[in-house]
Amino acid sequence: MTINKEAVKKISKLSRIASNDEFETSMIKDLNTILKFVDQLNEVDTKDIEPLSSVVEQKLFQREDVVKKMNEKEEILKNSPNKNENYFVVPKVIE
Amino acid sequence: MDKKFDYFLEGKTGKWEVVIGLEVHAQITSNAKLFSSSSTKFGSNPNSQVSFVDAAMPGMLPVINKYCVEQAVKTGLGLKATINNFSKFDRKNYFYADLPQGYQISQFKFPIVGEGQIILDMPYGTKIAGIERLHLEQDAGKSLHDQDPSNSFVDLNRSGIALMEIVGKPDLRSPDEVAQYVKKLRSIMRYLNTCDGNMDEGSLRADVNVSVRKVGSSDLGTRCEIKNVNSIKFMQQAIEYEAKRQIEIIEEGGTIDQQTRLFDTKKIETRSMRSKEDAHDYRYFPDPDLLPLVLEQSFVDKIKNSLPEMPDEKKIRLMNDFDLSSYDASIVVSDRDISEYYEEVAKDSDYKLAANWMIVELFGVLNKEGKEIKDSPVSAKNLSKLINLIKNNTISGKIAKIVFEEMVKNNEDPEKIVNEKGMKQQSDPEELKKIIDTILKNNEDKVEQYKAGKDKLFGFFVGEVMKNTQGKGNPKLINDILKQQLK
Repeated sequence: MTINKEAVKKISKLSRIASNDEFETSMIKDLNTILKFVDQLNEVDTKDIEPLSSVVEQKLFQREDVVKKMNEKEEILKNSPNKNENYFVVPKVIE
Repeated sequence: MDKKFDYFLEGKTGKWEVVIGLEVHAQITSNAKLFSSSSTKFGSNPNSQVSFVDAAMPGMLPVINKYCVEQAVKTGLGLKATINNFSKFDRKNYFYADLPQGYQISQFKFPIVGEGQIILDMPYGTKIAGIERLHLEQDAGKSLHDQDPSNSFVDLNRSGIALMEIVGKPDLRSPDEVAQYVKKLRSIMRYLNTCDGNMDEGSLRADVNVSVRKVGSSDLGTRCEIKNVNSIKFMQQAIEYEAKRQIEIIEEGGTIDQQTRLFDTKKIETRSMRSKEDAHDYRYFPDPDLLPLVLEQSFVDKIKNSLPEMPDEKKIRLMNDFDLSSYDASIVVSDRDISEYYEEVAKDSDYKLAANWMIVELFGVLNKEGKEIKDSPVSAKNLSKLINLIKNNTISGKIAKIVFEEMVKNNEDPEKIVNEKGMKQQSDPEELKKIIDTILKNNEDKVEQYKAGKDKLFGFFVGEVMKNTQGKGNPKLINDILKQQLK
């Protein structure tokens, strides 16, 4: 698998990351280097081997259905670049 | 069955059949969210039930709520579905302001529940609608677009609440079948207490997949998905509109683009939501923050053994043990609240009379007043008493209706009403005979005519006796005595 300009453009768009020619060229190079590195895994024969879901011999920890109020509204909204008294404020998004 | 399935749409080139499949999103009834300990309470102040996990702050990790898992398994069992003892969580990636993680944790390849079914009672018989799967996922936050001309406001209270996505097979063929399907699914979840089914609050909403094909064809047409429809009526309207739109396009020689559409509830029409080049690419991949969900069989069995009596089973019991008609039985089991009220009325009175009185009289009043059974003006206990008064012949069915009207006003004890207003039935045969004899004597001419063959006059005599007893005469006794005296 190789990454071309089209693929970079598509990923940028899906992730809402602004891109330009220069960015795309450097991304093509970076991503293909990464893919090539990972591609080495294909040298291992995995025929008849079930995909591994986790490398840790552990069960999924489950929590009881108990409400804990951990954060106040002010703490949560504090992290937003734009807010009003009650809400996160974002540029108008309507599909 | 006296009725036949007849929902076909007439086109210029012939008859068309509509093929529908639903993806229902049902909010799980739980105290806390699926992967955080925030409250799920509806209607709280905006952003007051948001933890750092729900707001997707860096470094936060999801920890699954055991009860939500239990609820999904319970619902699966209620749908007679396969429970998958091994399931996994995946990330469904998309970018939207009310999805702070940038992905929704969902189950793509290995859902917690597999194939099941829902039984639908249609006027043309029983129909089984297949369930493809049920999986667990997170709900998104809510965006408000109408508060400010240039900005949208985001409330994350809903972000992270547990949802069950219940994917149905494309087995439905008409808006009525869709209504039955949603009602039945809702009823099952309400019996199980896994989802409150409250469509006004968005606890239950559906994506509706619609395609059309010529009657007789077995191929599936290209479908369009109508997103996020939140009432049964809207689902039905959307399907009718969408089916006609597709038929028109095909008959004009066009082809259907597989697309996502929205339903405009004001214009009653569906519209395309996204252009093709923007088609969603969710890039699903296993969520590295969560290990596979492995269920012990003993855990599943324990839930299975604790299931309440479900509507289908209850219906069969009422029909077999108490001789209820299929129609009456399906109404009294249709909703958990209704069935609980019914059981309370019937257990100390009479199952058949209780069903009759609820369906005809009580529902009549509730419909008129726009009330739900839980707000019934007549308590189950008082209705039960009224039925016993009819059963032991204290009052006639006719008088009972008058008593019932009184009861509706202020939920008064029917025994008290009957005593205070002197409405007890006149069941003394001697007394009735006296009255009847007098009436026959005063109407000798009519008695002659009756005896000469004018049978219809019998009703006249009954009416006279009733008038004389202010409607309190025992109708059966009056009939018997009259027949005898007129011989």
